[in-house]
Amino acid sequence: MTGRKTLRTDVAIVGGGIVGASAALALRKMGIGVVVLERDLCGSRSSGVNYGGVRRQGRPVSQLPLAQRAHRIWGNLRETIGTDGEYLRSGHFKIARSEADMASLEQYRTKSRDFDLGLELISAARLRERCPWLGTRAVGGSLCAEDGQANPRLVSPAFALAAQRAGAQIFERHKVDEVMHDGKGFLLRSGNALEVHAPALLNCAGAWSGPIAEYFGEAVPLRSSHPVMAVTEPVPHFMDWSLGVEGGGIYCRQVARGNLVLGGGRGFALDADRARADRDAIATLAAQAVELLPTLRHAHFIRTWSGTEGNLPDHQPVLGPSRTTPGLFHGFGFSGAGFQIGPAAGEVLAELVRDGRSSTPIESFSIERFFAAAANEEAPTTADKTTTPTPP
Amino acid sequence: MTAASSSALQPVIVGAGPAGVRAAEALVAHGLRPVVIDEASRAGGQIYRRPPASLAERSANVLYGFEARRADAVHTAFDALRERIDYRPDSLVWNAQGGRLDVLHGPTRSTSSVPYGQLIVATGATDRVLPVPGWTLPGVYTLGGAQVALKFQGCAIGQRVVFMGTGPLLYLVAYQYAKAGAKVAAVLDTSRFADQLAATPAMLRQPAVFAKGVYYVAWLRAHGVALHGGVRPLRVLGDVAESRVAGVAWHDGREEHTLACDAVGFGYALRSETQLADLLGCRFEFAPLHRAHLPVRDAAGRSSVRGVYLAGDGAGIMGADAAEWAGERAALALLADSGVAVDTARAAMLEGKLHKLGAFRQGLERAFPVPHDWAAHAPDELVVCRCENITAGTLRRTVAEQGADEMNRLKALSRVGMGRCQGRMCGVAAAEILAHATGQPVQQVGRLRGQAPIKPIPIHLATTAPSTEGAGA
Ligand SMILES: Cc1cc2nc3c(=O)[nH]c(=O)nc-3n(C[C@H](O)[C@H](O)[C@H](O)COP(=O)(O)OP(=O)(O)OC[C@H]3O[C@@H](n4cnc5c(N)ncnc54)[C@H](O)[C@@H]3O)c2cc1C
Ligand SMILES: Cc1cc2nc3c(=O)[nH]c(=O)nc-3n(C[C@H](O)[C@H](O)[C@H](O)COP(=O)(O)OP(=O)(O)OC[C@H]3O[C@@H](n4cnc5c(N)ncnc54)[C@H](O)[C@@H]3O)c2cc1C
Repeated sequence: MTGRKTLRTDVAIVGGGIVGASAALALRKMGIGVVVLERDLCGSRSSGVNYGGVRRQGRPVSQLPLAQRAHRIWGNLRETIGTDGEYLRSGHFKIARSEADMASLEQYRTKSRDFDLGLELISAARLRERCPWLGTRAVGGSLCAEDGQANPRLVSPAFALAAQRAGAQIFERHKVDEVMHDGKGFLLRSGNALEVHAPALLNCAGAWSGPIAEYFGEAVPLRSSHPVMAVTEPVPHFMDWSLGVEGGGIYCRQVARGNLVLGGGRGFALDADRARADRDAIATLAAQAVELLPTLRHAHFIRTWSGTEGNLPDHQPVLGPSRTTPGLFHGFGFSGAGFQIGPAAGEVLAELVRDGRSSTPIESFSIERFFAAAANEEAPTTADKTTTPTPP
Repeated sequence: MTAASSSALQPVIVGAGPAGVRAAEALVAHGLRPVVIDEASRAGGQIYRRPPASLAERSANVLYGFEARRADAVHTAFDALRERIDYRPDSLVWNAQGGRLDVLHGPTRSTSSVPYGQLIVATGATDRVLPVPGWTLPGVYTLGGAQVALKFQGCAIGQRVVFMGTGPLLYLVAYQYAKAGAKVAAVLDTSRFADQLAATPAMLRQPAVFAKGVYYVAWLRAHGVALHGGVRPLRVLGDVAESRVAGVAWHDGREEHTLACDAVGFGYALRSETQLADLLGCRFEFAPLHRAHLPVRDAAGRSSVRGVYLAGDGAGIMGADAAEWAGERAALALLADSGVAVDTARAAMLEGKLHKLGAFRQGLERAFPVPHDWAAHAPDELVVCRCENITAGTLRRTVAEQGADEMNRLKALSRVGMGRCQGRMCGVAAAEILAHATGQPVQQVGRLRGQAPIKPIPIHLATTAPSTEGAGA
């Protein structure tokens, strides 16, 4: 072994998921030096194994400014990361299975009116006409024509590759196992291999961000969750929309190759790093899939999987400066919905480093909320209680 | 009652090949009533596969040749156990989680969930495939597939067949075809006869097995079958009009040859079926002899997971005789671990035999090495993954342009192994291409992560949370 390599840079980033990688890319575009340490491969965790829903519809209103910003980035994806990542504005349709669901979709449209989502409510009759393949339980729904889907396996690693091309130094298979602040700046160590010194640190370690925050005196109730995914063999193309269901439960989309990607329910952790789909969740997902899309009855599931996502109790991320340590910024806890907003979260983090503030409102995501709540049991959380925060 | 009361659940065996059958026999002999789950409709496994009952019974001699006696012995042993085990044929284990196996029953189109306390995994093997241009033409089969057609369906894959690749199965299947009256146009072996000569001392550790191999070769020669060693398969030629095999082309080191045929059987020995062990959480390691990542086990067959035992080809290709010994040995380990007194001398003897076979296996690998330069010669347009139509060129580009250096990443970026077979067929070849393209030894490219289902399951059969069928007393 030769000695440990030492690097000095402007910003050190822990985690090469879509959030860390897009922050790295945005920082490089500002001409700021960046080192990313990723313990595995960039975009191989949540960011690379998720459902691929790129949707604004259904998000809490507090997330919509961020989601709109992300929407613009997605619109320029090829110029930004050099690949289209199978991104399609195919439409995201949220199904209502009851009049109450329909009413709540209508309410959401009203609430989100200030944002240009272009939601269109579709009645049962029109729905039958437009998509005869939908099962009979759908009584209508809400279409966001500009929302869509992408292939996370391709998109998330491509963000890291783009950052690297733009001059970010990316160290894959480099786990950060020591972080500290020596009064002047941050010091990160990866085993005996690498030591990074930087005046700024971004905590983008996904579900594993908790210990870093805690080290700086900011323990938050971050829990891991493991959404279940399944994919069918390719079947003839019949559906463009990415489907969700009001109230949650199941979501699915059909990719260009013909496979359907479905999600719903919870898996289980094999260990701190890995997760698997759960048998009962697979059974429930299968039943719901057949109900939603009867044509799938005879298709086969060829694969199921899960991932490890960081969840916070109010289903909102922590995005913003540390309350204890100048130069530290958090971006984690996207609670099952960070793929669409990830690229914008990255830009926001870059702005925070450079300007100390972001042009996008992020007050709702402040880490302060957990400490305010601890001081006063009754303290309101910023969660938008009228919307069920469900994955796509 | 000793054993039955020592654990609430009867042990479960997955696989009713030679390993599973002998494991079941040993458990029954000690008073247990194991559950035996097998995907096939009749017990026997790959080598001693039995034709469906609906086909007129052909004699064991016709079906299994030299193996007839052993086949008979395994079948007889199983038939004698039939009433004393809980046998579930036509049953695919598609998932394992939390001490239960999820099972799909083909004919009744139903599912069940089988709890286990102890489990013997004897899931066997499938062909190791290193494709050649043209391998997707109708009329091209794996060696195992060609043999199954003969044993199970009672038909040949063609009128004039070329067998190509390497491994003992190459000559065996050619012999079986010729014996059955098919015209064997040639046997094309990628290993050199010099390899086989050099390996002779090691192979003489199993003189009877060695003698059989020598016999097949001699018989084929005597019957005018052309045998070529040291070849490099170039492509399977296609009849465009009929979209079917028309011949093969190969290189012998000096020049190119072609030969007309209407079917090809090809393969490079076998690969272990390890997915269930993976879902069970067994630790894997690279096994140089097998050129594969395999679940680790001790000499008795204990895996790294308490209560899970591994036996037979599923934990490393050792052949049918070894499968029988390993099955029995694993059963004895399971019994001993549950506090049942077993014949330790017998256990030691089985371990000794398995150990000795190791030297023979070294010889076999020396005699029939996987062509290590296969990846170097695979042309860019060669389809590696036929489910997703992914070529060697695509894989190489994924390495060059996106830096993939590991199997799961290669899969994520290129779709290789993302189809119905989920890498069971193309995984070996993709790993060879990846290793070559990145200049790493093949053990370093890793292995595809296991996830359910082990084989595709129809959605409407997955819909009900499987009813739990007690496997207890
Ligand atoms: C199955 C599933 C389906 C989902 N579906 C959707 C969807 O359809 N739409 C949507 O918008 N969102 C979805 N999400 C959520 C979305 O994937 C995540 O919110 C988002 O990817 C989070 O990105 P990240 O960069 O924060 O985390 P990650 O992608 O998890 O990245 C964090 C990285 O940090 C690395 N790391 C951790 N600790 C260390 C350390 N000590 N040293 C170095 N590196 C470290 C990890 O290896 C990892 O690569 C889904 C999530 C899952 C799991
Ligand atoms: C096609 C083929 C032909 C062969 N021919 C010969 C030959 O002629 N001569 C020779 O010496 N060797 C031959 N071999 C090798 C020989 O089959 C093995 O050495 C021997 O059969 C190993 O026995 P086993 O019990 O380990 O596995 P196998 O005999 O392979 O039995 C495994 C059993 O497990 C079942 N199984 C696997 N996975 C599951 C699951 N998830 N759920 C339920 N059931 C499952 C399979 O259906 C099978 O019945 C052949 C192998 C193959 C693959």
